[in-house]
Amino acid sequence: MDFLSMNTLGYPILSILVFLPLAGAAIIPLLPGENTVRVWTLFVTLANAVFSMPLFTQFNPTSALYQFAEHKPWIESLNVNYTLGVDGISLLLVMMTTFIMPLCVLGSWKYIQSRVKEFMICLLVMETSMLGVFMALDLVLFYVLWEAMLIPMYLLIAVWGGPRKGYASIKFFLYTLAGSVFLLVAIVALYIHQGTFSIPALMGQQYSERFQLLVFLAFFIAFAIKVPMFPFHTWLPAAHVEAPTAGSVILASVLLKMGTYGFLRFCLPITPGAAIGLLPALQWLSVAGIIYGGLTALAQQDMKKLIAYSSVGHMGFVTLGIFALNQRGLEGAMLQMINHGVTTGALFLCVGMVYERSHSRELSDAAGLGKFMPIYVTYLTFFSLSSLAFPGTNSFVGEFLILAGAFFNNKIVAVCAVPGAILAAAYMLRMLQRVIWGGTNNPDQSRMYDLGWREAVTLAPLLVFVFWIGLAPEPFLRVMRPSLDHLLAQTGYHAQSALALAELVAR
Amino acid sequence: MNAYLFAPELVLLAGCLLAFCMTLTEARTQTLRLLVLCVGAAFAATSVSCLFAKGSLFYGAYRVDLFSQMVKSVMSVGFTLMLLFGADTKGISVRMRPEYYFFLLTSLLGLTLLSSSVELVTLFIALELSSYSLYLLVPMRTPSDSMRAPMEAAIKYMLFGVTASGIMLFGMSWIFGIAGSTYLEQILPAMRSALAQPTGLNAAALVGLMMLLCGMLFKLAVFPFHFWAPDVYQGASNDTTAFIASMPKIVAVAVLARFCALAFPSEGHMALLLTGLSIASMCYGNLTALVQTDVKRMLGFSGIAHAGYILMGMATLQGWGIATSLYYATGYLFMMLAAFLVLCVVSTEGQNLSIKDLNGLSRRSPLLAFVLGVSMFALAGIPPFVGFMGKFMLLTGAWRAGHTALVIIAAINTAIGIYYYLQVVRAVYTEPAAENAPVIVPHAGARMAGICLVGLVLALGMAPESVIRMATEAVMAAW
Repeated sequence: MDFLSMNTLGYPILSILVFLPLAGAAIIPLLPGENTVRVWTLFVTLANAVFSMPLFTQFNPTSALYQFAEHKPWIESLNVNYTLGVDGISLLLVMMTTFIMPLCVLGSWKYIQSRVKEFMICLLVMETSMLGVFMALDLVLFYVLWEAMLIPMYLLIAVWGGPRKGYASIKFFLYTLAGSVFLLVAIVALYIHQGTFSIPALMGQQYSERFQLLVFLAFFIAFAIKVPMFPFHTWLPAAHVEAPTAGSVILASVLLKMGTYGFLRFCLPITPGAAIGLLPALQWLSVAGIIYGGLTALAQQDMKKLIAYSSVGHMGFVTLGIFALNQRGLEGAMLQMINHGVTTGALFLCVGMVYERSHSRELSDAAGLGKFMPIYVTYLTFFSLSSLAFPGTNSFVGEFLILAGAFFNNKIVAVCAVPGAILAAAYMLRMLQRVIWGGTNNPDQSRMYDLGWREAVTLAPLLVFVFWIGLAPEPFLRVMRPSLDHLLAQTGYHAQSALALAELVAR
Repeated sequence: MNAYLFAPELVLLAGCLLAFCMTLTEARTQTLRLLVLCVGAAFAATSVSCLFAKGSLFYGAYRVDLFSQMVKSVMSVGFTLMLLFGADTKGISVRMRPEYYFFLLTSLLGLTLLSSSVELVTLFIALELSSYSLYLLVPMRTPSDSMRAPMEAAIKYMLFGVTASGIMLFGMSWIFGIAGSTYLEQILPAMRSALAQPTGLNAAALVGLMMLLCGMLFKLAVFPFHFWAPDVYQGASNDTTAFIASMPKIVAVAVLARFCALAFPSEGHMALLLTGLSIASMCYGNLTALVQTDVKRMLGFSGIAHAGYILMGMATLQGWGIATSLYYATGYLFMMLAAFLVLCVVSTEGQNLSIKDLNGLSRRSPLLAFVLGVSMFALAGIPPFVGFMGKFMLLTGAWRAGHTALVIIAAINTAIGIYYYLQVVRAVYTEPAAENAPVIVPHAGARMAGICLVGLVLALGMAPESVIRMATEAVMAAW
């Protein structure tokens, strides 16, 4: 247990964060009226966001240990424990989850008009399982929460979704579950091999090459579907398009990150040999995702679909950074995970706001909004610029680090990924041009009204993060650095890239 | 004889006699229902209070240990909950109800005796008592448009059942020939030494043992003995199916566990056979269930698949693996009851329901929709419900015993199975209800049973430690 730094705050902060939303959900059926339910859910998610603040302020950024840890036996006959902890890799993801949830509640204030109670229960149960996934340090606990999340997410799409919700929700469920079934097999295999389910204890052990390869592939399928990486992405556009706004935001901001988090938490430290062996293939898959996502986004008429495909491209950058396997790449990937959560979450909220007014997601129906919704298009512009990695915004820092890392590892791959950044500019600017100005045949937009204070408040915090991370990323990079260094040391791949980095610094 | 050891059975026996007396009078359904519910509750209370009883009865033919008492307790709790939600027995005509309850109780009595029998003849009699009662229960259904389905189901059930019993009896005769005794205690060393011998005796012992298993594999609806399951599920009334789909399974697992102890040393062939049956069952059950439209029939095929999962634990031939089988069967009983609760309440006249009939259930009755959703997700093996934890433990046990291929095939099957369970959830939550579908207000008993079942399915899944430990202890005690 020397990898845990036990919680010294005097109260079990991680357990509180995990179970507070669940407790909040348990109270909802007793509440009268739909507005009470909305206010209560907002209150619970805000409280959780506030409770998560000490994580950031009390976090020791010089340690690679799992901090605020809690450890209790759960199923003793199988050596399954209830172990929670956060390190530099999970900290920001936990914070992002707690911060984005109140915005999801605000974003669905008017959007959700039927079965509000059930909707809010689903949101809160989602929050519990998402936070648990990022904090769990025991494979069984991780898997339970990872799978349990499917149920509320399925219901979010299937009950409150668009016209093709039945198809989209089943596809989402089957795809993700089919992937995670192999994850379960890998978990059992690791347990039989090592006699423990503790994730940190399984890292850096000696496994035979064959075993590593099989475990890696099982992990890879599960996480690649969740990310989603290029050939496994087909569930994503369907799910995004049909999901309600809050569902899309959660899906884009948090759920996709679980795949890349899985790569960082499981694939690299537990099976580094297999990962290093397959590195070129993984990098090329990432590049394929970047280019494919960009090209398809360019051709979309549906705004939600456009952003969904852009997610495929952005997540391709994240996996490229991860599989560059050097400090720059990993830092960039981590940062880009947060950036994508902020930016794409905001873009989905923006699309949802137009949809609430016009009940259409078609780009042609939203043409020429600039004149009637000035505040809205201002927000949209900033988020779009962030999405295309404009210097000064958050994504620029992330993508720059990723490309820098990729150059150190494999120059050809990095060069092939660069057009992805140009494509991003092309499809985002195309959308922006249409929405703000449109053409000569704009539909009549005079009935559209600008954002109310609730909507403006929903988007404002995300805008703050766009510029904060864009202009001063150091506070965010600082907390993740020791953990990423530790991760690199565990993979045993860092020697050559560190050398190259030292050279760069010396120059 | 110690009455304490035999208390649950005595209560049931008294209940049977009372129910028999009721068949002679023109009893009102209300009184009948109350009486049986009291018997069920008393049975549950005595079973649970005798959980840690230990002893041997009837010249060693009947053993009361943690193993048997655990099975009885689970069964009695399940039975009481079943009576709670199936209080109005819609599918059974009023004239038949006293007989219906009488045979229900005798079947339960047979199953209870079965879980404690450690002597082959006792075991056979107990098995037949429960089986014949069930054969009679199946055709007791209100004749709706045609009598064919229940009759066909009953005949099929009986023919297959009698054949399986015959094979089992034949196997018993072989084993008696080899061991010279009908007591499992004495058979155990004789069989083990016979199986270890290189002469023809080991083959005879193996064949005898395999035939012995047939009877239980039939009850469990494992692949080549499954033909009755879908038809009986579809043909019998909803309440009867709820009983058939749950109680006999856990007893079958218990008796199989006792039999598997006989095969301990000759892992090779037995394990191979059980692995083969397990794979065949889960693949056949899952693939066939994909295309079903009748909910009960679908559950019948899914039951075959679940029998395959349960056999996965048996195939390990290790104490822990078999304990997880028992745990899974316990969970399965409650998951199934939860599913049937909804079917019984939603079906207005006791008719069969297709998946389409469940459309929009979440608007007609949120509670029932929730119970059905939980049971479907649990059966599909999604955490945090017991279906996941059970499957996870079975997989762990099977891998530990070296059945890697079995684990991978089971995992793939889990993924296939999701689809048809999800079809039900989809109908319940996303499809609009039919125009004239009324709002359903479940009666108090169903509400209570539903909440209890959801609680059990969740609690068994989240806190399996105590149950698993008890099951392991129980299996060790039985070996």
